Amino acid sequence: MIGLDHYMILSALLFCIGLYGALAKSNVIAILIGVELMLNSVNINLIAFTKFLTPAEPIGHIFALFVIIVAAAEVAVGLALVIMISRDRMTSNALELNWLKW
Amino acid sequence: MEAFVFWLLAAIIIGSALAVVLFNNIVHSALMMMVTFIGIAAIYITLNADFVGLVQILVYVGAVSIIIIFGIMLTQRGNMRESNPFNGQKFGAAILGLGLFVLFGSAILKTNWSISQIPVQESYVEAMPEIILVDLLLPFQLSGLLLLVAMVGAIVLARGVKKPS
Repeated sequence: MIGLDHYMILSALLFCIGLYGALAKSNVIAILIGVELMLNSVNINLIAFTKFLTPAEPIGHIFALFVIIVAAAEVAVGLALVIMISRDRMTSNALELNWLKW
Repeated sequence: MEAFVFWLLAAIIIGSALAVVLFNNIVHSALMMMVTFIGIAAIYITLNADFVGLVQILVYVGAVSIIIIFGIMLTQRGNMRESNPFNGQKFGAAILGLGLFVLFGSAILKTNWSISQIPVQESYVEAMPEIILVDLLLPFQLSGLLLLVAMVGAIVLARGVKKPS
């Protein structure tokens, strides 16, 4: 029988993989992809909470919808920034974006 | 049957997420990310959240993946083969991720969740509009405003501001 624990362990594993991708990659777009994986893992948690803890009303579903909205806004603005930086500096490597370092 | 579907979907999600992180070609990473998103949408549908599952397919598989692939197309120059390299923090990040997973897992298994005894509804679609359009009307409108601001901001950022001549 699959319980709440299984879904939460799955989402914790997905969160840690996304965190590893966001920390260990040097391409800016790969870092954004890692952040997207982390946001999705949180949504799995919220949906599983609705099924197992509050099945009378779908509060977790609403939370997940708002998380999806904010994630879509975040990825649009983030990619616009990445495109602008790569046009200006001819690179998308996060290690070379260091011109605030003095 | 339920257990078989869960383990199959979990294997697809974790395998494709590992592929996203470990592949050297960023286009392959982005395509495996689409597989991860489809698997997560299937997990939502097995959890009786069919509306959120369909929104996941529309927004993530349909929009976010396409934006990310467009971003890759507009930023990568030259050879794609080594376009997704690791930086110097590879092993530190792996240790941090594994440690955090052990912490999360032990916390999840130790917590005594108060599982509800109320039967789960077959579909929550009928209950959604009442909550979104009556109880949470202001946050719903504000999220529309957020999307508008993000869209205008993304266009302004990507076009660049013309210097007054």
